[in-house]
Amino acid sequence: MISISGLIGQLFAIALALVLAPLLAGWVGQCRAWLQSRTAPPLLQSYYMLHKLFHKDVVLAHGASSLFRTAPFVMFGCMVLACAIIPSLSTDLPFAPAADAIALVGVFGLARVFISLAAMDVGTAFGSLGGRREMLIGFLAEPALLMVIFTVAMIANSTSLATIVETLAHSDFAIYPSLAFAGIAFAFVSLAENARVPVDNPATHLELTMIHEAMILEYSGLHLALIEWAASLKLYAYSCLGLALFFPRGIAAGDSFPALLAAIPLLLFKLAIGGFLLALIETINAKLRIFRAPEFLGTAFLLAVLGLLVRLLLEGRA
Amino acid sequence: MNNAVPLSAQLINLFASVILLLAFAMLAQRRVLQLINLFALQGLALGLSTVVAAVTTGQSHLYWSAGLTLVLKALLLPWILHRLVRRLHVKGEIESLINIPTTMLVGIGLVIIAFNVALPISQLSHTITRGTLGIALAVVMLAFLMMITRTKAIPQVVGFLAMENGLFLAATSATYGMPMVVELGIALDVLVGAIILGVFFFQIREQFDSLDIHHMERLKDN
Repeated sequence: MISISGLIGQLFAIALALVLAPLLAGWVGQCRAWLQSRTAPPLLQSYYMLHKLFHKDVVLAHGASSLFRTAPFVMFGCMVLACAIIPSLSTDLPFAPAADAIALVGVFGLARVFISLAAMDVGTAFGSLGGRREMLIGFLAEPALLMVIFTVAMIANSTSLATIVETLAHSDFAIYPSLAFAGIAFAFVSLAENARVPVDNPATHLELTMIHEAMILEYSGLHLALIEWAASLKLYAYSCLGLALFFPRGIAAGDSFPALLAAIPLLLFKLAIGGFLLALIETINAKLRIFRAPEFLGTAFLLAVLGLLVRLLLEGRA
Repeated sequence: MNNAVPLSAQLINLFASVILLLAFAMLAQRRVLQLINLFALQGLALGLSTVVAAVTTGQSHLYWSAGLTLVLKALLLPWILHRLVRRLHVKGEIESLINIPTTMLVGIGLVIIAFNVALPISQLSHTITRGTLGIALAVVMLAFLMMITRTKAIPQVVGFLAMENGLFLAATSATYGMPMVVELGIALDVLVGAIILGVFFFQIREQFDSLDIHHMERLKDN
């Protein structure tokens, strides 16, 4: 049963995601610059970039197939869908039955497959290098992410994100050691998935190290704008997922409009803190060698499995 | 939901999980000094969980063992080990027989075994800390694994001491601690053991110019 207010809330959440995502990316960039005592770019830098790119012509490589042209749209669509089903403001999301938490991992996977294939499509050396590295990171990060979701799903007895958030946000206060494990694992996975520093550096074009940037070197104009926007949406989606799973207080439960309004400043506050912490992690860590990335993600998987086991042992009987 | 579980039990579970996490961190650690720091942290978590158990149950001997743990395992033993490392000029990375990711996977297997074995036993116990028995067993087995896979003497000693941490946790979780005499005896044994092993390190190094215990296999041939 789709209520009108639920639909409005849903559309509002998507619009907010589209608007806030570049702002979050800009905020992280600004915090990074401050922490590294550089002059910070303006907060709205990401919007200027998008504006510029949308007004540029698209230059296509000679051998580019239709896959190359559709991939940015698929990626953008996947990220918007992800933002739509992750409860950021309220759990009353009419689109949420479209995908539960496990399917959400699949949505991220779909975007990854398309962008990797598109990177290989043109046939440049960098493209296929980036595509392969992305798949390497992806196949290691996905099981860890699934394990995190299983741990949380076992607490809530449901894989639906809305139910999980409702259970966690409105139960009595309780310490879940398993959630702590899962939270650390989730932080590792998010760093890897969003091409952040210990695994990849989003601000570099150094051919030996880049992963995400290597894949999108051939893109320009509208396509590049969509990919950049999708990348920032992905960061926003992962932030919201982390907040929903581990800091769910304040997310409105029903479709009441005042609760929805009250959730907005809280979300902004949490995102600002989260963005600052991300910048801090990026500043105090050095980039890992690409061959150390499996170890990094292996640790994430291990922590997630430990969380699951601890959940079974310590919290299972009650 | 575990609403029925009291807060103190939740805190003890949390500390036990931290101890397990630190056991894994020690297994993955490549540097000697970091390893000792992790061991100190493990001692601290163990002491705090014992304090919580003592406050909840009001058993006075648990205060003693908590204090003993904090002083001995979180301060004194790490200090001795730090001094040893400085005196021996041990630098650089720890070598292990199996690479770290494989060790971690083996560790996960051990944790699963330990949890499985401990589950029926802990159901017999009626202490509020009974859930942590599996974790204690897992910590013991992970410490064993560390002693097996490391080739240098100091990490092996840290593994030995971490195993004692696991045993202590098992004792607290199953029966609210061993009798005071036993506990004091073990604590002193561990302390004396660490000191003797420290002297032993110097002897090993003087004989072989290295702390790699593989050199000791040659003793057989002479």
